[in-house]
Amino acid sequence: MRIDCEHVWEHISAYIDGEVDAVLRADIDKHLETCEICSAVLDSTRNVVVLVADGRVFELPAGYSQRLHARIDSELELGSPL
Amino acid sequence: MTKAPNPEFEADCIRRILAGQHQLFHELIRPCEHAIYFLLLSILHNEADAEDAAQETAIKAFRNLHMFRGDSQFKTWALSIARNEGLGRLRKNERLREDSLEDLTGDNTGDFTPAVLTSWREVPAEALEKQELAALIREAIEDLPDIYRNVVLLRDIEEMDVAETAAALGVTEGAVKVRLHRARALLQRKLAHKLKPFASKRSLFGWGK
Repeated sequence: MRIDCEHVWEHISAYIDGEVDAVLRADIDKHLETCEICSAVLDSTRNVVVLVADGRVFELPAGYSQRLHARIDSELELGSPL
Repeated sequence: MTKAPNPEFEADCIRRILAGQHQLFHELIRPCEHAIYFLLLSILHNEADAEDAAQETAIKAFRNLHMFRGDSQFKTWALSIARNEGLGRLRKNERLREDSLEDLTGDNTGDFTPAVLTSWREVPAEALEKQELAALIREAIEDLPDIYRNVVLLRDIEEMDVAETAAALGVTEGAVKVRLHRARALLQRKLAHKLKPFASKRSLFGWGK
């Protein structure tokens, strides 16, 4: 089936996650072969997903982990029964 | 970002903590620290509050560990405690905004069509060495409406699956998918033009395909 650009955009996130069924995937793939715009939209969206997931984007504040575990230690020292 | 959960280690760890080896709680909570902090930052919009709430979350998770039934991962359960802690604090501060009210599944306001571009397709992850790029991406995520940001955080940053994300946020799996789709479209739109310089520098230095 021929599908239009908007139809492709609607399913881009599911397509990236491999959650579209085989028929729709084939339709989207076919559209992407000839549509420069949708193929750029797909690549850029996928790229954004990769960049967002990179550990360098969201780093914990310095000392957060030490302070958290120190707080847990003081709770454990109270020896309250679970 | 997220270490693959090891259900056997987790279950064993919890049994031993409940049997009195309390120190093991440090190991149980460690893989969840990042997600807990950033979910709380996403809800509270303040680093000091997020850190304080994260500590409170860990203490509550410890004290209530006997209530954990094991029908989700520990991380999912801990995140739902974090979410309640965060929302509780918002309510207390009377700062609960409309977009924090959790069920806006039917909300169709906003333009979720992607930016049409052909000027770049890929910014290499190495470019994140530049603080400027990481800051742009952080800012774009911070600008998302809360309900979309929380889903991006758990799905794309913490790499949790749809079911665990839905359970942690107390929404349906359908809502997680819709929100993730919209969030990614909003991010692509927002970043489309800002990322271009980082892509073109790549080819200048001959790193191109």
